[in-house]
Amino acid sequence: MKPAPFEYCRPETLEEALSLLSEFGDDALVMAGGLSLGALLNMRMVRPEVIVDINGLETLAQIERVENHIRIGALARQADVLVSPDCVAALPLLIAGLHNVGHYQTRSRGTLGGSVAHADPSAETPLCLVTLGGEVELSSLRGVRRMAAREFFEGALTTAREGDEMVTALYWPVLGEGTGIAFEEINERRGDFAIVAAAAWARHDGDVFQCGLGLGGVEDRPVSQVENAEGTTEEIAERLASQLVRDLEPLDDRRASSEYRRHLAFHLGQKVMRHALEGAIR
Amino acid sequence: MRRVAPGERVRVSCNVNGKSYSGFAESRTLLSDFLRHELHLYGTHVGCEHGVCGACTIVLDGRLARSCSTLAVQVEGADLTTIEGLATDESLDRLRDAFSRHGALQCGFCTPGILASTSHFLKHYPNPDEAQVRDMLSGHLCRCTGYDGMVRAILEFAEGASE
Repeated sequence: MKPAPFEYCRPETLEEALSLLSEFGDDALVMAGGLSLGALLNMRMVRPEVIVDINGLETLAQIERVENHIRIGALARQADVLVSPDCVAALPLLIAGLHNVGHYQTRSRGTLGGSVAHADPSAETPLCLVTLGGEVELSSLRGVRRMAAREFFEGALTTAREGDEMVTALYWPVLGEGTGIAFEEINERRGDFAIVAAAAWARHDGDVFQCGLGLGGVEDRPVSQVENAEGTTEEIAERLASQLVRDLEPLDDRRASSEYRRHLAFHLGQKVMRHALEGAIR
Repeated sequence: MRRVAPGERVRVSCNVNGKSYSGFAESRTLLSDFLRHELHLYGTHVGCEHGVCGACTIVLDGRLARSCSTLAVQVEGADLTTIEGLATDESLDRLRDAFSRHGALQCGFCTPGILASTSHFLKHYPNPDEAQVRDMLSGHLCRCTGYDGMVRAILEFAEGASE
């Protein structure tokens, strides 16, 4: 339970960090809060040549409003986002999701960027980002690009990040006032990995609802669907949940069979979608 | 930029409980091992070594950290608080007393981490309700007590402190 040897680098600027990634590529791993990477290192599930410790890059922890998005720097700690007035006011779905991320202790140093780069299939931050249609900012010496979260997550612990790139920020679309949200998950113990997590938002727009529903922990990456729907809240919730679950191939593991996960995903998805619709102010 | 080569042993200096300490570490040395084996501060306990059990929790620059998931080389120049500091903190006298009276510990293995978390938690949530205390305690594993005594002790301490 001790890491294999590696070179430790603590850059003082983003340029230094990106130079290291440019030089070492996939042989380097970025460490932020260390809550996921620390465990992988200790269990030797990863054996990087180089660890790039970005905890000195304070500029990466900024939270700012950029047009109709909130840009959260990759190093922003989960505990800080939970009490950020901008995030509390504009990103209620993220706030609801973050309360389920790990524990009080791990949220103290755990970062949003780290969770997204790590890409655990059951992680709440990636699920919220996908459900809201957010984007991931990737930086390298070659430049900066923004990518839809729905394309960024490619599988369990697998993303579209190139070896020389770093996740430097997340762009969260601001939902207008009167948007209803709901987040819920089922796990074996409080703070444990979700067997199924469900996130939903809904907005009343004339005669129709604009709504989004996302599921985490079901497949190897978060999945979501956005729709303009008409009908009662019960009808819409059941339709969206059944559509989203129908084509999934749920994970099968010691905690839950594929069939049971599909069952949970439908009922939890339906429930959070209904709550979000009920919360949307007409 | 600080760089530590694989296998290289470097000096790491930090403040622990208000005192300056210094010791040697490799890049891969865990902070929990550094505290115990280099600084001889054996109060920080090591349980699962992958950030789950919470026994090794300490306060690092005002944030809670799992010292088993933190590298020793990361704490150069940092301020740390461990159970050795909390044990002599007079403001926590009544908390330790409440832990004792309510049976909030039995074997005591998990207690150093739980007291680190509790001291941090009560600074941020001085008047917690039971649900908040239970949520905070979910980040620690205790196989003796069933947690009820801890919940009672923490709530009693917080009520007394706010009077």
